[in-house]
Amino acid sequence: MSYFVDKRGYYGEFGGAFIPEMLYPNVKELEDNYLKIMHEPSFQKEFQELLKEYVGRPTPLYFVKRLSEKYNTKIYLKREDLCHTGAHKINNTIGQILVAQRLGKTRVIAETGAGQHGVATATVCALMGIECVVYMGEIDIARQAPNVARMKMLGAKVVPALSGSRTLKDATNEAIRDWINNPVNTHYIIGSVVGPHPYPDMVARFQSVISEEIKKQLLEKEHTENPDYVIACVGGGSNAAGSFYHYLDEENVKLIAVEAAGLGIHSGESAATSILGKEGVIHGSKTLLMQSKDGQITEPYSISAGLDYPGIGPLHAHLYKSKRAEFISITDAEAMKAGLELCELEGIIPAIESAHALAVFNMKKFKETDVVVLNLSGRGDKDLDTYVKYFKL
Amino acid sequence: MNRINKKLQENKKLLSIYFTAGFPKINDTVSIIENLEKSGVDFIEIGLPFSDPLADGPTIQASSTQALDNGMTSEVLFKQLKDIRKTVSIPLIIMGYFNPMMQFGIENFCKKCAEIGIDGLIIPDLPVDVYNDNYKSIFEKYGLINVFLITPQTSLERIQFIDKISEGFIYMVSSSSVTGAQNAFGKSQDDYFKRIADLNLKSPQIIGFGISNAETFKKATKYAKGAIIGSAFVKYLDENGTVNINKFVSGIID
Repeated sequence: MSYFVDKRGYYGEFGGAFIPEMLYPNVKELEDNYLKIMHEPSFQKEFQELLKEYVGRPTPLYFVKRLSEKYNTKIYLKREDLCHTGAHKINNTIGQILVAQRLGKTRVIAETGAGQHGVATATVCALMGIECVVYMGEIDIARQAPNVARMKMLGAKVVPALSGSRTLKDATNEAIRDWINNPVNTHYIIGSVVGPHPYPDMVARFQSVISEEIKKQLLEKEHTENPDYVIACVGGGSNAAGSFYHYLDEENVKLIAVEAAGLGIHSGESAATSILGKEGVIHGSKTLLMQSKDGQITEPYSISAGLDYPGIGPLHAHLYKSKRAEFISITDAEAMKAGLELCELEGIIPAIESAHALAVFNMKKFKETDVVVLNLSGRGDKDLDTYVKYFKL
Repeated sequence: MNRINKKLQENKKLLSIYFTAGFPKINDTVSIIENLEKSGVDFIEIGLPFSDPLADGPTIQASSTQALDNGMTSEVLFKQLKDIRKTVSIPLIIMGYFNPMMQFGIENFCKKCAEIGIDGLIIPDLPVDVYNDNYKSIFEKYGLINVFLITPQTSLERIQFIDKISEGFIYMVSSSSVTGAQNAFGKSQDDYFKRIADLNLKSPQIIGFGISNAETFKKATKYAKGAIIGSAFVKYLDENGTVNINKFVSGIID
């Protein structure tokens, strides 16, 4: 079985490009060119240099001694939290801004939920001197004020999405509408492995630097490229796609995708898409998504703004259906506890998204000899307010 | 012969009106359709509301949200339309996004449409190639015409492909925009309308998006077989309710 995208843009039965005709030329242009561009030596040179000098890659693969002792297994954290702007998101925006330039685009749009992808997009647009418009749900704008300020300082225009539930899915709708209205000069930088083909594949490739580095670093530390487990959280699934990418065909490496259960899977306030979702079409992709019986997309909930997306990328839907990855869901409470534990044991404040992945150690028993790599996708600075309120600090 | 094809043979410029089913009130659907026919509209697009209508501007988005809040679903709509052919004879098209239809089951959905006497579907986010490979035979089995869109950005090659597989009309999106985005047509639209007219396609073209009044209707139908009004009518319903629908229509075609 292949876990990579096929020629038609599908992962098994998931994926494709379910887009209005108005978007066809834009998406076709991207589909026809993205691989060609990514394989150009001049592109690779610029991309690699920026990842090294600007983003600060490679990020460390850090053995967490005290956490390992506590759970009696060998745990490594892939420190994506140390990337410039505080999360893995910038790996993708650097790649896509270079693609946009080579396609001759002069304007960039993006959607954002918590604001991390918006900040990462605004950052690369500032770096390249390209006009940037970020769509963000009106409700998210209110609850993520620091990231809104960051985007503005970086020169981006932040436009509130006022439709529907006024959160991430609506921001994505607005970005797509903007692209329909501006089909010639604009590139849409999608922030996750979602959307119509070729986005899921393109974003996964840009994020695949994560597992590429893990392989090299683990070889040095453990004399093998392959850990027993790779763990990552999944909202849309870009950090998981990046950490799984070079292990997809290594069947002896077990993959664990961690979703947000919110207040509990059956509480009505959850974002555990693989369990609660059904096959459907969202934002141009056939995948698993949370929806009503009548096919209306429902609003997910998680304490972590980066995980409350009603769908998952088509790659992940395929990994779920084919059982290549194990899907575990973690509640708000379990994640918050695990986040605080990492602070206390290792002196690292994780993003609440990443804290969901950390909570797996309380759910699942690993062997003493297991080597477990967990992708720490982001740092917790943006979540201080939530931590403070939750723990009444 | 499908009612749409018969209508397209009439020697006149055609006016089609779009409205969102379940808006402003859940049970307005049938009376809106009947009044539109009485007012002289040539065919009707019944909008099946969706939570995430990607190709629509604020007016139709808001009407969709309202309709869903009112309780509109595929099932409710089919129930409301059960006897529509007893009173209405003009072509009826359902316009909606793919996901709700997929959840209803595409075959089931088509079967229901055929039972009621729906003549065609417009599904903006079902790409032409996916339709052609997977669903064409089902649509044909139930005698439904699927209507495809072209835009000013659509390549000549693709226009010819779409023309070839179209069985009714081609829905010509007037400009690169979502619905309800503009009020006047400039030179670029005129050039585009003329360019398409000069292709002498086998499928008649009906222009939609940006048609809101007598002037834009006239401009659009200078080259095309007809035009579709959506957002402007939804706005009218929002402001005036369902009374005096004939007033709106006579303002377009007197």
